[in-house]
Amino acid sequence: MSRLSAAGVARAAVVFGALALFPFAFPAHWVVNLAIFTVMYAGLASSWNLLGGFSGYLSLGHAAFFGIGAYAIGILFTHIGVGAGYKPFVVLPAVGVAVALLSVPIGWVALRVRAATFAIVTISLLFVVQQLAFNLHGLTNGSQGLALPFPHFAPATYERPFYWAMLAVFALSMLACWYVRGSKLGLMLHTVRDDEDRARGVGVDVTTAKVIAFAVSVGLTAMIGGIWAYYIAFVYPQFAVDPLVTIGAVLMAFLGGKGTIWGPALGAFILVPVQQYLAYKLGASQLYLVGYASVFLAIMLLLPRGILPSIEDRRARRRADPRGPDVDGSGAPSRAEQVVA
Amino acid sequence: MSALLEVEGVAKRFGGVTAVDDCSLEVAEGTVTALIGPNGSGKTTLFNVVTGYLAADAGAVHFAGRRFDRPDPARLYRSGLTRTFQQARVFASLTLVENLVAAIHQSWRSLLRARVSASDDERAREVLDQFGIAHLADRRAGELSFGQRKLLEFGTVLMGRPRLVLLDEPTSGVNPVMVEAMERHVRRLNEEGLTFLIVEHDMNLVMRLCDPVIVLDHGAKIAEGHPDDVRSDPLVLDAYLGV
Repeated sequence: MSRLSAAGVARAAVVFGALALFPFAFPAHWVVNLAIFTVMYAGLASSWNLLGGFSGYLSLGHAAFFGIGAYAIGILFTHIGVGAGYKPFVVLPAVGVAVALLSVPIGWVALRVRAATFAIVTISLLFVVQQLAFNLHGLTNGSQGLALPFPHFAPATYERPFYWAMLAVFALSMLACWYVRGSKLGLMLHTVRDDEDRARGVGVDVTTAKVIAFAVSVGLTAMIGGIWAYYIAFVYPQFAVDPLVTIGAVLMAFLGGKGTIWGPALGAFILVPVQQYLAYKLGASQLYLVGYASVFLAIMLLLPRGILPSIEDRRARRRADPRGPDVDGSGAPSRAEQVVA
Repeated sequence: MSALLEVEGVAKRFGGVTAVDDCSLEVAEGTVTALIGPNGSGKTTLFNVVTGYLAADAGAVHFAGRRFDRPDPARLYRSGLTRTFQQARVFASLTLVENLVAAIHQSWRSLLRARVSASDDERAREVLDQFGIAHLADRRAGELSFGQRKLLEFGTVLMGRPRLVLLDEPTSGVNPVMVEAMERHVRRLNEEGLTFLIVEHDMNLVMRLCDPVIVLDHGAKIAEGHPDDVRSDPLVLDAYLGV
């Protein structure tokens, strides 16, 4: 395929190869645990990027679908009985596909509004799902939550299956981003990000493009939620549908550079270890949230477009005629960026 | 001559302001029709209604024999009606080639195919070449000057093989050389059979290029005809100069 570049393949092989072997190099339980959450957020940020980064539609409600995925696995366990061991991982793709299909009508309605309004609509979606989790006692056991059985993995390497499952979905998210960016769908999403009205004016089927991106994005998010639930072994409404999960993922995407392939993951690999360290140092006081906020402000002030695009800009400027006018790098900020800024 | 575009009794109100008031006009196939009128006469609103960006409060728009009630720019584009914007809107973060390729109609089956196929690329470069900006093909549209953006926008709308192009002030804010280039492109494309409806404030250009000329005032048509006749029409003089 012409879209593959040798450098890109090599980069992906090195990064994912190293990540796959990581538990062998650092087998300590707490390190693998940290790695699970890092890769989880890398996956969340990458899957969020598919819609938020490519089309500029900033969803703040992806945690709703994370929670739906978590509950899907929990409910499959307690009500249907998918069996223990590796079987929950096997049903994950089905959960992802089902949530993606379920999200089509939701996305179709939610994506009728623009920019900031869309962000608000998705936040409300998150609270709707949380309330459902609290109140659908028969399915979710309400605020008592669902307890999942611990699988009989070998204690010495207990975390590894979860880690590799997270890594697989993260890889899938990256693959989706990469493939979409190189396709017509990616081009359509980019026209939406730059100027949606103009895109409609040149015949771009913006609704189809947005809804597909939304569905794939939340389907992947749900799969990650499912693995998380199995790993944590308890699903409570306030943890499974947690605004901080989305905010964390969005923050990471902004830090690394939303709309790029590697940016969101990079943001996760920087921020999750920092966050875990701060949470450990500052205890359960949730003071680390202040740290989150400061990072966000710092990004907005210093690197409004994120790490990777800023590096790319600097490189492009050096390559270009030094006397040439600095015509706005990759163009005017999108509506969404203006709203957030 | 048959009417390619038929506007029938269109009205559009914004709150208490009636921007377009029972306006009817026709654009015949093969013409370069001008739409002129003093500021606030409803030209842009009418453009927005015709191109599906605004829903009309009353009246109907027929294009190529079909009636378009629900405002839907994408559908109109696919049936051959397209427009440019006064502010020259382009996809700033995309390259020039990508800007053009985005405007080629895609069936849903092609969604996962290559972003820019070899044949798309070739077609896009051909159009860029016609507009004299082929050397910028791989630059991002955000790096272009205003005049170059206007050319790019013009080129972009041609990718859908339109029958009628509405140009909203194609020469406002561009230098005289660019005005001349615009005029040349309109003439060339018109000779190839493309119909134009142009909102323009440069009266010299209108008089040189367009026939017929339609004059709007207070949201309704007050005159139509050959440029020379319109120029001497007392109603038109009245609208422009006031009493």
